[in-house]
Amino acid sequence: MNKRITIQVCMGTGGMAAGGAEVLATFESLMKEKNIPAEFKKECSMHKVGCRGLCARDVLVDVIAGDNRTTYQYIKPDMVQRIIDEHVVAGNPVSDWQVTDDYHKFHEKQIKVVLSDCGNIDPEDIGAYIAAEGYKAIDKVFNAMSPEAVIDMIKKSGLRGRGGAGFPTGVKWEACRKAPGDRKYIICNADEGDPGAFMDRAVIEGNPHAVLEGMVIGAYAIGATKGYVYIRAEYPLAVERLKKAIKAAGERGYLGKNIFNKGFDFDIKIKLGAGAFVCGEETALIASIEGQRGMPRAKPPFPVHHGLWGKPTVINNVETLANIPYIIKRGPEWFSSYGTEKSKGTKVFALTGKVKNTGLIEVPMGITLKEIIYDIGGGIENNKKLKAVQTGGPSGGCITGDMLDINVDYESLAKVGSIVGSGGMIVLDEDDCMVNVAKYFLNFTQSESCGKCVPCRIGTKRLLEILDRITKGLGKESDIDLLLKLSGDIKSASLCGLGQTAPNPVLSTIKYFREEYEAHIKDKQCPAKVCRDLLTYSILEDFCKGCGACMRACPAGAIKGEKKKPHVINAGACIKCGSCFDVCKFKAVSRG
Amino acid sequence: MAFKVTIDGKMAEVPEGTTVLEAARMLNITIPTLCHHPKLTPFGGCRLCIVEIKGIPRPVTSCTTPVNDGMEVTTSTPQIEDLRKTVLELILSDHPNDCMICERAGDCTLQEMAYIYGVRENRFEGERRTYEKKDGNPFIERDMEKCILCGRCVKVCDEVQGVGAIDFAYRGFQSKICPPYEKDLNCEFCGQCVSVCPTGALSGKMWSRLGRQKDVKEVDTTCAYCGTGCNITLHVKGNDVIRVTSKEDTWNEGWLCVKGRFGYQFINSPDRLKKPLIRITPKDQSNPPFTHFAKGGHGGITRSQFKEVSWNEALDHISGRLTEIKAKHGADAIGGLSSARCTNEENYAFQKMIRAAVGANNVDHCARL
Ligand SMILES: Cc1cc2nc3c(=O)[nH]c(=O)nc-3n(C[C@H](O)[C@H](O)[C@H](O)COP(=O)(O)O)c2cc1C
Ligand code: SF4
Ligand code: SF4
Repeated sequence: MNKRITIQVCMGTGGMAAGGAEVLATFESLMKEKNIPAEFKKECSMHKVGCRGLCARDVLVDVIAGDNRTTYQYIKPDMVQRIIDEHVVAGNPVSDWQVTDDYHKFHEKQIKVVLSDCGNIDPEDIGAYIAAEGYKAIDKVFNAMSPEAVIDMIKKSGLRGRGGAGFPTGVKWEACRKAPGDRKYIICNADEGDPGAFMDRAVIEGNPHAVLEGMVIGAYAIGATKGYVYIRAEYPLAVERLKKAIKAAGERGYLGKNIFNKGFDFDIKIKLGAGAFVCGEETALIASIEGQRGMPRAKPPFPVHHGLWGKPTVINNVETLANIPYIIKRGPEWFSSYGTEKSKGTKVFALTGKVKNTGLIEVPMGITLKEIIYDIGGGIENNKKLKAVQTGGPSGGCITGDMLDINVDYESLAKVGSIVGSGGMIVLDEDDCMVNVAKYFLNFTQSESCGKCVPCRIGTKRLLEILDRITKGLGKESDIDLLLKLSGDIKSASLCGLGQTAPNPVLSTIKYFREEYEAHIKDKQCPAKVCRDLLTYSILEDFCKGCGACMRACPAGAIKGEKKKPHVINAGACIKCGSCFDVCKFKAVSRG
Repeated sequence: MAFKVTIDGKMAEVPEGTTVLEAARMLNITIPTLCHHPKLTPFGGCRLCIVEIKGIPRPVTSCTTPVNDGMEVTTSTPQIEDLRKTVLELILSDHPNDCMICERAGDCTLQEMAYIYGVRENRFEGERRTYEKKDGNPFIERDMEKCILCGRCVKVCDEVQGVGAIDFAYRGFQSKICPPYEKDLNCEFCGQCVSVCPTGALSGKMWSRLGRQKDVKEVDTTCAYCGTGCNITLHVKGNDVIRVTSKEDTWNEGWLCVKGRFGYQFINSPDRLKKPLIRITPKDQSNPPFTHFAKGGHGGITRSQFKEVSWNEALDHISGRLTEIKAKHGADAIGGLSSARCTNEENYAFQKMIRAAVGANNVDHCARL
């Protein structure tokens, strides 16, 4: 009972959505109500912490007694009472609710740098960050390093941009430092528009000060006096924490005038984006900050020479910047000890799809895909067969189930036609139709195209139309060649990265799953049984018990039959919703 | 600083900041374009002007790429021409292709490109943008189904006219140029946007079906509306002016105002004064003069109360009356009001006449036309 008790409640967006705020409030009020002895109460602290990865198990709660940490999963407010009674008061952790082995496995293969403090410190308390060695890097930089030395160190670390393109960060900083200009800017790109990606949001929600510290160091290195964080308005929690962090950092003198009395002024402004994917592209992002429509422009000139308001500007991704303080504190050799020859450090991925453990992971570059999926991800759900892994979101491609030994780094993924990208990783199993996957991404890119250039604006629309007709059984034999031709031309002729990469999902699914396209086109079949228009439902006479469940479930009134006699589906009236298939207990409905 | 550049084997020396497209044009090398306009900042949207530059792995748009010293450019390769054809087919797959009834047939850059590249079949047929609502403004026909989103109208309105009445809206295939909230255009109606539109998307409402470019005789003249004296070109069909434009190589660079561009109907108006008139009846004080001059009725002053005269007669009449009034009431009883539609020189001469010949300081003109 004398042990210091800490209760941590996961309050990232995942945790909040699952009811983290209520869980925390319940802890607070019940502890008070319990009238837990004053000396105990004093030593008990409660934290809201950022995302720790396993969002599928939210709300996650840690009860830390002295050195013992117990992690509970799926916690709801009505479960709090028992935890307090049995664990906090009586000292016996509630074993039923504790995380299982795979929770620990999920963490074992990971190496956390950017996420190291996420989930451990209160992101709204600058003191917590400082206690965890926060703002030490600024201290070192301002007191002991020249801007050139900082740039050198980042170059030596081998850090490459985490926003997608993997451009060496130190080289970018150096170019901006050398670019002539009376004013320079640094922009943190927190637009994060890829569907299913939430790496950057988690970093800002979990440890906003690391991003700010990275920005201050970047500003010092390039000579910027003003910084912007361009963040989408759909991230209200991240925005709020960022605002608090900027204010707190200002109060402590890490931002503002004359930082560390070194005559260096630097301020950070938040600029909210309206949720256009293309505004993550750097020139569109700059246009958006300037108050114009977010449309990319041709490069050169590059932002390092001609950026915001025409001044030299560095744009870095959130994760890139969050790495900076750790590199400064621990040294470039430490950083480059992780990863492969050309891809250094760690990378955060949003692991989603058909794996058991979905969530945010941070792994050393070069880890195999197998380790990610089976050791960290816990394998495929329901023991299904792994079909492919889609990386890099709408700009990326897929890696097939038999290429699992591939190393996850910039070069290896590019070699097989995919990309590391910003870190989306979607695991697909035998129930996923690859034509449909391509269609999903094209639907996204075509509606997010800024409309400026023809190949992207109209070309992606045409790709989508062709994919759509294939999934509807209306594909022509020549369609695969047409897809390949158009994809190639869109890639070559588009203005910005959006159009230049948009056809990748089409190209890579055709490359590895051509027979699936052919099945749709020639045999009018969807092997994964996903494409509705290609499915037919019928009732197997021998299995049907005539229970009538399907008849009641059918919204189209397409099923007829007498009680206890085999029922029949009227194919003409069937709308292929699959309700009968789902509802039949006797597996009498066949789908083909 | 001058940069050396080689384009299709021809060498040129160009000042720093010159784009590859500009350099090619200096060398008389044609690169196809749709969105480029020499007076506007580069856009790089149509992608037709892509070229290959040694050392750069992907094709780049020549309109946006500044020349570097020693650059080697190839403007046409089978791959480049193939990409251009794809781009054209894509544009045409989202275009009404109703050249038969289009105002701009024969004078349309898109049509010209389709001709040059021989686009007939289209591999990329699909959905086409269609719009029910037509813009209800009085001057400019905005047929957005023909719009290829080259952005020239947006740029000219912003960069030249300084108005910003239109911009891109929506994303992806739905992208569209429109006034705020898709309301009817309510701007200066200078028509600069119409003048830079490479297709039939923008045209003058009053030009509709009066004649295409091949049917008109162009007559270069000077706008008579104000002392600025913009150079204009009358498009004459039969004996009617059916359209007014201005050429890019004029001192006004082809830009006009709403009057010069759309206010030409007076030319063929039956109300237009063509000879001097002298009033022959005493002024009826209860009716202001000229009120019903044109219509002739309503108990006002009617046409019959004026007499058509020759210029000599008119001038004699004026000098006679001025002399008479001055002798009787003094110079200060006389005032002169001239027109803003006169040139500066004419206005100068007029005030000189009032001040020096008549001897009065009462002189002004209707600068607020
Ligand atoms: C369509 C498109 C969307 C992008 N979205 C993002 C984004 O959401 N976040 C990001 O950091 N970078 C994004 N990028 C990459 C940026 O343009 C830029 O390369 C990056 O922010 C540079 O930072 P880094 O060097 O730290 O990676 C996007 C690029 C394209 C073409
Ligand atoms: S590639 Fe797409 S997003 Fe990029 S400029 Fe062209 S239309 Fe816009
Ligand atoms: S008429 Fe003139 S002001 Fe109006 S939209 Fe066109 S360019 Fe702009």
